Amino acid sequence: MLRRPFFWIIALTIAVFAAAPRGADVELRESLLLAAVYITLASNLNLMLGYAGYVNFGSIVFFGLGGYFCVYFMGTLGWGLAPSLVASGAAVTAAALVFGLGILRLRGVHFALATIGVNEAVMAFVTNFQPWGGSTGIYLSTELFQPLGGPGPALWIIYYLLVAIMGVSLYLSYFIKRSKFGLGLLSIGQNEDAAAVLGVPTPRYKALAYSASALLPAVAGGLYFFKGAFIQPADAFDLTLSTEAIVITMLGGQGTIVGPALGAYLYEELRGWLLTSETFANFQLVVAGVLLLVIVQFAPDGLMGFFYRRWPRLRRIFE
Amino acid sequence: MSALLEVADLSKRFGGLQAVASLNFTVGEGEILGLIGPNGAGKSTVFNLINGVFAPNSGRVAFRGADITGAAPYRVARLGLARTHQIVQPFAGMTVLDNCTVGACFGRENLPLARAREAAHEAAALVGLEKRLEAPALELTIAGKKRLELARALAARPALLMLDEVLAGLNPTEVAHMIEILRTIRGRGVSILMIEHLMQAIMSLSDRIVVLNSGKKLSEGAPAQVAHDPAVVEAYLGDPGMVQRRPQ
Repeated sequence: MLRRPFFWIIALTIAVFAAAPRGADVELRESLLLAAVYITLASNLNLMLGYAGYVNFGSIVFFGLGGYFCVYFMGTLGWGLAPSLVASGAAVTAAALVFGLGILRLRGVHFALATIGVNEAVMAFVTNFQPWGGSTGIYLSTELFQPLGGPGPALWIIYYLLVAIMGVSLYLSYFIKRSKFGLGLLSIGQNEDAAAVLGVPTPRYKALAYSASALLPAVAGGLYFFKGAFIQPADAFDLTLSTEAIVITMLGGQGTIVGPALGAYLYEELRGWLLTSETFANFQLVVAGVLLLVIVQFAPDGLMGFFYRRWPRLRRIFE
Repeated sequence: MSALLEVADLSKRFGGLQAVASLNFTVGEGEILGLIGPNGAGKSTVFNLINGVFAPNSGRVAFRGADITGAAPYRVARLGLARTHQIVQPFAGMTVLDNCTVGACFGRENLPLARAREAAHEAAALVGLEKRLEAPALELTIAGKKRLELARALAARPALLMLDEVLAGLNPTEVAHMIEILRTIRGRGVSILMIEHLMQAIMSLSDRIVVLNSGKKLSEGAPAQVAHDPAVVEAYLGDPGMVQRRPQ
C-alpha cells in the first residue's frame, strides 16, 4: 500500500492543509476548514453516489445529527470533546443503519426522494424535541473551550481535527475502492440485479455503505457545531449543503477517489469568490445549479473522468 | 447419477398468465440438460424461479440437497449455482477483468480479491477474452458480451451453470467456438442446464432434453427420442409432413 502513489498524494494533501495556515492567518484557516468539511461530506457521499450508484440528496442529515448529538453530549451531559465525538459518530452510524434498511429497498428516483424525506423527518422531529432545544436549538457555553486552552487554541485544534477527519475520509474511499466490498458496491452501481445474480449480497452491502458514509460526516458535524457553539434545526439539516455535496462530487468526478476532493476545493474557491464579488453575491446557488446542469449534460463523469479519458495513465496513479 | 438440482411441482402465475405450471425435472451431477420450447413457453421464467429472481407461487427447488425455494439470488449464487442472461447484463463501465472478478469474489468459493483475480483470468482465458482484460465491457461486440456473461458465471466455479441462449445472435463461426467452450466446461465436471433455440447445437450437446410449452412439460428424454415425439414436433419443431407437402 505504501508503494501506491495515491497513498502519498493523500498524505501530502493532509500535510498542506495542516501546514498552510500559520499563526494569525485565520482567514486562510477558515477557508481551508470549510474545504475540509466539503471534502469530508463529498467523499463520503461518493461511497453511495459514486460507488453504489444511489443518489443521496439528504446526506446532510448525518452531519446535522452528528452536530446535535455532540452538542447535547457536551452541553447537557457535560462530556468531554473526544468521548462526545466518538459517541455521536457511533449513534449516527447506528441510526443510518436503521434508516438504510428501510429506504434502501427503493431505487433510483424513489430512493433519492426518500433520502430527502429522512432529512425532513429528522428535522421535524428535532424541531419538536425539547431536550434538544426544539426550534430555538442549543447554545454552548464558551466555558467548554477552556479544556482546550481557551477559544483561540480551541479553534486551531478543531481545525486540525477536521483536517484529520478529511484525511480519514479520503483513505476510507481509497480502501473501500480497493477492496472486495468496493468491487461489490461498484457492481451494484453498474447493474444491481446482475450483481445479485453473481452473488453480491446487495441489501447488506448497500446498508453498510449507507451507514459507513454516515460516520465521518457525523464526527465532522460534531466538530463544526462545537466550533460555532450553537446549533439549530435550520442550520443542521440545511438541504443546500446536501445539494452542494452532490455538485462537488459530480464536478470532481463521481466514483473516483480524488474527484470529490478536487471538486470540493474548486467549489470552495468559486464560492468564496462569488460571495465576495459584488455582482454575484446572491447568486452562489444559481451558479452551483448551472454548474450541475453543465456537468450532467457534458461531462457526467466530472473532471477526473475527463482527465482519465484524456490521459488513461493518470488512472493508475490516482486510483 | 444423483440429482444436483431438483425442481418439484413448480408453478408461477403473472396476473392472468400461468407462466409455469406444475413443472418437475431434475439435473444430474455432470449432466447437460437442454430446456427447449417455443417463445413464451416459460423457459426463462423457470431460470428466474430457480435462482430466486422470482419467488414461485407453489412448488419446491432443491439444489445439492438444500431447499432454495424463493431464496435471494445472491444466496443461490453462493451455493454454487451460476447463470447467464438471455439479454446480456454486463457491468458496462467496468473492465472485462473486473466483471469476471465480481463473479469469482462472490460465487461459490467466496474468494478474497487477489485469488479472485486469478480465477477471473482463468475464466476469461477459457472463453477467449484474455486479450481484452482491460477493455471496458461496453466496448465488446455482442459475441464478446455473450462470452463475458459466460466467463463471469464460470469465474464463480459453479457446480451448476444455467445458460440462457448463449448461442443466440452469434454467427456460425462464433457458435462453433462457443460449442467448443461448452464442451470444455463440461469436461471439467460442471453440470449445465441450458435454454437454446439452435436445435442442432442443443441436440448434440445435451444428454437429455425437457420440452416446455405454455409453462407445462410437453416431453422429456434423450435428444433423438424428443425430436421424434409427435407432440413436440407439432408444438415446436413444426409439422414434418409439411416439408414433403411443400410444392416444388
